[in-house]
Amino acid sequence: MLVIKNLKANVEGKEILKGINLEINAGEIHAIMGPNGSGKSTLANVLTGNENYEVTEGEVLFEGKNLLEMDPETRAREGMFLAFQYPIEIPGVSNATFLKTALNEIRKYKGQEEVTPKEFLSLIKEKANLLGMDEAMISRYVNVGFSGGEKKRNEILQMLMLEPKFVLLDETDSGLDIDALKIVANGVNIYKNPDTAFLVVTHYQRLLNYIVPDFVHVLYKGRIIKSGTKELALELEEKGYDWLIKEEEMENV
Amino acid sequence: MNSKSFYIEKFVDFEKQLNGDSKTFFHNLRKESIKKLNEVDFPTTKNEEWKFTDVTPIIERNFIPSNLSTKIEISKNEIDNYIFSGFDFHLLVFVNGNFVEGLSKINELPKNVFVGNLKTFQKEKENLFKDNINKFLVNETAFNLLNTSFAVDGFAIYVPKNVVIEKPIQVLFINGSEKENILVSPRNLLIAEENSQVSVISNYRGIKEEKYFSNIVSEIFIDKNAVVDYYKVQNENDNSFHIEKIQAYQKEKSVFNQFNITFGGEIVRNDINTKLDGENIEAHLYGLYMINGNQHVDNHTFVDHAKPNCMSNELYKGILDEKSHGVFNGKIIVRQDAQKTNAYQQNKTILLSKGATIDTKPQLEIFADDVKCSHGATVGHLDEVSEFYIRSRGVPQELAKSMLIRAFANDVIETIKIAELKEQINHLIFQHLHKIEI
Repeated sequence: MLVIKNLKANVEGKEILKGINLEINAGEIHAIMGPNGSGKSTLANVLTGNENYEVTEGEVLFEGKNLLEMDPETRAREGMFLAFQYPIEIPGVSNATFLKTALNEIRKYKGQEEVTPKEFLSLIKEKANLLGMDEAMISRYVNVGFSGGEKKRNEILQMLMLEPKFVLLDETDSGLDIDALKIVANGVNIYKNPDTAFLVVTHYQRLLNYIVPDFVHVLYKGRIIKSGTKELALELEEKGYDWLIKEEEMENV
Repeated sequence: MNSKSFYIEKFVDFEKQLNGDSKTFFHNLRKESIKKLNEVDFPTTKNEEWKFTDVTPIIERNFIPSNLSTKIEISKNEIDNYIFSGFDFHLLVFVNGNFVEGLSKINELPKNVFVGNLKTFQKEKENLFKDNINKFLVNETAFNLLNTSFAVDGFAIYVPKNVVIEKPIQVLFINGSEKENILVSPRNLLIAEENSQVSVISNYRGIKEEKYFSNIVSEIFIDKNAVVDYYKVQNENDNSFHIEKIQAYQKEKSVFNQFNITFGGEIVRNDINTKLDGENIEAHLYGLYMINGNQHVDNHTFVDHAKPNCMSNELYKGILDEKSHGVFNGKIIVRQDAQKTNAYQQNKTILLSKGATIDTKPQLEIFADDVKCSHGATVGHLDEVSEFYIRSRGVPQELAKSMLIRAFANDVIETIKIAELKEQINHLIFQHLHKIEI
């Protein structure tokens, strides 16, 4: 589904990604871990098309299409979704208006009919209930006055509504207590199916107790220095990143 | 001929067509004003209060006072395109400053209330007229004198003691002429007596292509315990000139909520003054202006705290596109006597293009020692991170920008108490900025 080849990217002129290679197939869950400043967020932003990040080399194919040539809205319409680390607030625009607009843009792109307000309302109520969300949130302004946990849950609601093929979770666990974390993970597990793939970017292992990855990659200084299965995450939890970093540095000598 | 001499000369013709009206108290005021106008000059940018607003384009033209110009006819159907609708209201219609009774609609009102035009008011409530007209104006400028000189009509609203007018009063001012460059001089008067309540929407609309000049004075007297909501929605032609002074005068425990919403005009100047002359008064001044092209909008507010234990709150927001220019000057005086004053002021602006500019200036003069005053000004652009967030959900860039504009304007829009008016103003925002509506 997603093929990343030798991806290099700059932020404000500084090279942050120094050649990433990664292949993610439908039905798989991948986790990217790494210490602060390793380039995890940069990777998420580059994949979803944030224009403040400059790709200098490499390519990314999303279902065979050149992803890097697409603007952010086209990526979303092609089926990519980023759950943000810091979801933004949009006062004056209700969750319903926002999501109906987004959903219909995506449907138009796919050549599907737009949903009627009635269909939309029953759909959003159904998804909100799945996440144990209060229906009142539907008419509230996007993320305005939401707690950290409610904002993250709202991201998952958006994911369930927009039905992407590929989901990127960017530090979704940051700032969440265990209960909120379980709700978010539950949303992901409800949604996961053989046609979708996930890339979970996280600093801590604990999210991976609830969203179990098929593959774990360690990002360090803009490169993937080790890949493995879910056991690698547990090992990192126990031993930290230092042993890997040392190994990596030894190899480079 | 310079415009001052032009207006002074035109005053002679103007007087002639007043007929019986030329012997009234009102006309004596006009005569005094034109005399004074002869002695003062129109402001220049050398004047501190007009530093950022060059009125040369207004005074280098000679606008024909509307009463000397060709009358224009407006049909009832046309009116429907301009009024705010979807809620119950009383309607007063003025075309180029003249009351059109046939287009107005006053529903049943409590006894002794007056909702109508100033011309009738001066006859029917002569003493009230004399006691209130031209009484509270401060910093009278040449433009104000010009208004008084040529003012013939405008709205007059009188709410007696203990009366609440349930439905808002919508006053539609239709301005402009296809034949001439005209001067329109509405003169408005609102008197809210003790314990009364009223809500007024002044709706200014330009309709004809020719350049015109709306020069308005509105006086608002709010007695003890009275509550006045005064909405001004200004949607004049983008090539017109619009100057208004709103002067409020408040007595103890009164509340004044003023909403100043600007879309139109090539050069616009609003002076919004309120004097808080009693204890426990509240004044809320909200402003929102959306401009583009070469529009210039200058909002000057002046809150005069004269007595203790009052509060004032100001929130002004501007959305500036293309080469437009905004000015905000927020003056607050807290006089020596006005202990325990709370006065807040905020001015926020977003610039949608590189060519747009804003000059913003708080002006606090505090002579009491036990007060809480704060002011703040921010100038920024639409947030890129927010825009990226919205686009990453499949929403096109232009629509994402619209959402962020709506988000920026939200805290002012939310203060509008009439839901349908709020909706229609929301629509006008996107229409005026040529953005996709959300």
